[in-house]
Amino acid sequence: MQPFALEQGRDIADTIRRGRMPGTDYIAGGTDLVQLLKDDVRRPRRLVDLEGLDLDQITVTPQGLRLGAMTRMSEVADHPAVIRDYPVISQALLASAAPQIRNLGTIGGNLLQRTRCTYFRDTASPCNKRSPGTGCAAIEGVHRTHAIFGGSRQCIATHASDLAVALVALDAVVHLSGPNGARDVRLTELHLMPNDHPDIETVLHPGELILAVSVPAGAWTRRSSYLKVRDRASFEFALTSAAVALDIQDGKIRAARVAAGGVGTKPWRLPAVEQALVGAPATTATWQRGGRLATAGAMPLRDNRFKVRLLRATVTRALEQVGGEA
Amino acid sequence: MTIRNFTRREFLRDTAATGGAAAIAGSGGKAWAVPAAADPPVPTQHRVTIRLNGTERALQLDPRTSLLDALREQLYLTGTKKGCDMGACGACTVLLDGKRVNACLVLAARLDGREVKTIEGLADGDQLHPLQAAFIEHDGFQCGYCTPGQIMSAAGLLNEGRPLDEHSIREWMSGNICRCGAYPNIVSAIRQASGRA
Repeated sequence: MQPFALEQGRDIADTIRRGRMPGTDYIAGGTDLVQLLKDDVRRPRRLVDLEGLDLDQITVTPQGLRLGAMTRMSEVADHPAVIRDYPVISQALLASAAPQIRNLGTIGGNLLQRTRCTYFRDTASPCNKRSPGTGCAAIEGVHRTHAIFGGSRQCIATHASDLAVALVALDAVVHLSGPNGARDVRLTELHLMPNDHPDIETVLHPGELILAVSVPAGAWTRRSSYLKVRDRASFEFALTSAAVALDIQDGKIRAARVAAGGVGTKPWRLPAVEQALVGAPATTATWQRGGRLATAGAMPLRDNRFKVRLLRATVTRALEQVGGEA
Repeated sequence: MTIRNFTRREFLRDTAATGGAAAIAGSGGKAWAVPAAADPPVPTQHRVTIRLNGTERALQLDPRTSLLDALREQLYLTGTKKGCDMGACGACTVLLDGKRVNACLVLAARLDGREVKTIEGLADGDQLHPLQAAFIEHDGFQCGYCTPGQIMSAAGLLNEGRPLDEHSIREWMSGNICRCGAYPNIVSAIRQASGRA
């Protein structure tokens, strides 16, 4: 691990002043960053600590849910109002990592965690995301767990967060503060596709900080669920996953929110599935149609072709679990 | 000439450091290493005080030091084990302000004023914690390397106050790996202790 200085700002403005300096990383829960430091994948000269900035509130109002960026994953997962009104968020968090990590990991840090692509985390391998211009070892290499949506010739690494999949489905907005002031960004627009610059993963400016994430209330949030499929029953990243929220009245779907995880280079919303569901009857045939539409446009490679069928089944089952056979 | 009394720990540490340096020198560097940030700073030593197993302990730390290394190398509390050192095995589980965490993923310099409990602080004098007694009674280990982490993780789990059946104990203990495969006995030990706690 390269030497670095560890600093703490007096307040948010002072934190951002320090955070905008070249070679600086913010540290929140540290569960991902400390791994990256140990592996020499990140070699900052300065870490700015986000602890103590009072960014750890959970607020529930009739307008929606607001999660402070430094709220721990476990606190959100166990919050009674989140469990009751936004079950997909609680379930996505409980399907993430393990209890020890969820007690450290934060909401903001979870959204900005780096990919689990093993080539990215191994500095002996070429990787355009870690070391731009060196090539992608995964495209011709072992890519069973990699993306079937959103890949480029430069990178096919998946975004690893379960929480982001649930939040993208629920139209979450990220509240940012940076050297040029405050702004709000829709979570669907926070992460970038890899294209020719897989090293640039988000629209965040240098020093810009996530303060909180908001989820607007909606008739669909209570009837929601997260289904995750993985190589072992717990403490594993997704092969495929689905976040589903439905508003069903009199056996007919009024509104649908559907997103998929483990398959995209960013959290992957499925608008084609949503459009097909709205107005349809809540029946098994509808859920199966939704599952089939989930993989439109998929670009699987040699070793991850199985994800196409697996994602169809995952989305179908998640829709069935949420929608039932009313 | 002074003959210094080495502890076993210091001997292992010092010889391991020498071997490690030779191995790094021989590896020839990595082809696609991330460039180091120019002019890396000389890290400041951070002075922090933590409340460790009920006692205030002052530490002087390089910011890179994990809580796990601070416990083992500076405070000589070697009950907390280093397995993967990457948050994947749970052998280093301790309680931070009463909540279970992976000590390998925590930078100790960030912990000023926080409370840490390790396996050494779990028993009440000679009176074993109910989890420790249950692990012995149910033979919840073979080699024992993962055991302090299993017990501290279970202690954190009992603090969380969840209803526990066999399935949920397995899910809530998924952050602790046992390569001997003592899981059935670990589950029965935790079931027994949760009834008592």
